[in-house]
Amino acid sequence: MPDTHVESGTAAASAIGVHIVRTEEEAAASAAPAQRVAIRAENVEAWYGPKLAVAGVNMEIRANSVTALIGPSGCGKSTLIRTFNRMHEFAPAARVGGAVFLDGENIYERGIDPARVRQRVGMVFQKPNPFPTMSIAENVAAGLRFLGVRSKSEINDRVERALKVSALWEEVKNDLKKPGMALSGGQQQRLCIARAIAVEPEVVLMDEPCSALDPIATLKIEDLMRELAVQYTIVVVTHNMQQAARVSDRTAFMLAGEDHVGRLVEYRSTEELFTRPQDKRTEDYITGRFG
Amino acid sequence: MNPRSGASQLFLASEGLYRRRRLANRVMTAVMGIAAAIAVIPLFLILFYLLQKGLRGLSLDLLTQDPNRPGRPGGGVRNSIVGSGIMVGLATAIGVPIAIGCGVFLAEFGQNRAGLVIRFLVDVMAGIPSITVGLFIYGLIVLPQKQFTAFAGAVALAIILLPVVARITEEMVLLVPRSVREAAYALGAPRWKTTLRIVLPTALPGIITGVLLAVSRIAGEAAPLLFTALGNQFNSTNVFHAMDALPLRIFVYAVGPYDYWHEQAWAMSLLLVTIILFISLAVRAIFGSRVTVRQ
Repeated sequence: MPDTHVESGTAAASAIGVHIVRTEEEAAASAAPAQRVAIRAENVEAWYGPKLAVAGVNMEIRANSVTALIGPSGCGKSTLIRTFNRMHEFAPAARVGGAVFLDGENIYERGIDPARVRQRVGMVFQKPNPFPTMSIAENVAAGLRFLGVRSKSEINDRVERALKVSALWEEVKNDLKKPGMALSGGQQQRLCIARAIAVEPEVVLMDEPCSALDPIATLKIEDLMRELAVQYTIVVVTHNMQQAARVSDRTAFMLAGEDHVGRLVEYRSTEELFTRPQDKRTEDYITGRFG
Repeated sequence: MNPRSGASQLFLASEGLYRRRRLANRVMTAVMGIAAAIAVIPLFLILFYLLQKGLRGLSLDLLTQDPNRPGRPGGGVRNSIVGSGIMVGLATAIGVPIAIGCGVFLAEFGQNRAGLVIRFLVDVMAGIPSITVGLFIYGLIVLPQKQFTAFAGAVALAIILLPVVARITEEMVLLVPRSVREAAYALGAPRWKTTLRIVLPTALPGIITGVLLAVSRIAGEAAPLLFTALGNQFNSTNVFHAMDALPLRIFVYAVGPYDYWHEQAWAMSLLLVTIILFISLAVRAIFGSRVTVRQ
């Protein structure tokens, strides 16, 4: 594991649950290893019909880490991550400019199948959205079935593994045939995470995954994000700065100006962003002196 | 002014208003309740009337025997029950797949000019009188074939069923929350798989209710069968011959000269209503426990 330092540092942070507990050395250590880039955004812009929502985003998302996107409502953070798995284009008349490289390959290249991109970049949504007609096991298996996996034993294995990784297995192992909707909100969200990782994506995008959950369920999901980062690349949108500080290695701050176009203001390691913001607007936002 | 006196003043000032609103609320609730009661009264009157008139004619013979020679009391309407079953079944088999396809198209791909036109046409179709549909099929199928057939009757019934099921399917598919579709897309499901494996099953309980509604409607139609299936004194299971149906026989017997015909017509009406009621209840029982579409 190339980033053990990062792991232990943030595990401590999330255990204590305060903003920043990492020391300077740890901060340096987490910045030091040259990590693989999972996603590179190049001059990304997102349109809704004639309206420009996000413009000029350049950022690199490191593999096997948690990257947080923070910013006030309407700053385009959800729109931005939806450009990373081509979900943005489901909005009416939506359009994306620039390029997004997934492991070096531009996902907006002509001839690229968006469905294939989404198999590699999974997504967890704000509100837990299990498939209402499916059982717990069927929900987790849904992605595999879409991929055409037929073998029952393989599906069962991967369902079990995904549920274990998403820390839900112990709670549901005797109820796999029950409807996914019968679970609590927090369990449903972990079910959705299990469903997303069952197809073994490279990146998991999470769009405010805890905003519909209570604090205890939120902590569980946050712990899970840290654990998932060992194997996957996590990008999480949150309007909760404490959450960003607790779970992420790097944080991006976005803001929409007078023109209502969201832009990336500052993007650096989480401890730097929260302790030594370079931009006045970042400082105003994280200290709550906004507007 | 301290906050408490402010609050009590607010309370006093609004007490009259509050009372007036409460009264208005009660009056309106009562009015709506009465309207709702009046709306369902006809149903109970019909059921009561049917039971009163129809029970007498109901017998095993009615279900198992074919009609006697006119004027000879006794006999049954087995041929009409069998014919209704065959024609309604055939109409459902022809109409439902097309209607569901049409409804799904309207919901998923109908947010454009083509969708607008088709939706309008479907609505027009729903408004065509059923006897006109019968005449149309008479011209289209019966005349060229020079033969009244159950098949022609079934096609006429399918045409009546089609717009009902299509529009209900559209509504039900549109009710499937966006978040459910997004979940499927985000797993890398192409659009057709999302529609087929996620959206349709989620909308299914609603669609089945719609199919049922339509089946109940066509099971009671006599007009579209008059010039298509014609009716048949004898039991026939050949869809390329004339065939009987319960509504047709009810019509013939109700306006016929014999008392036992009238009695059997009432019994058939009761039978028809009972069958429809049972289908409704059965489907409720099967699908009622399933998770329904959520907003």
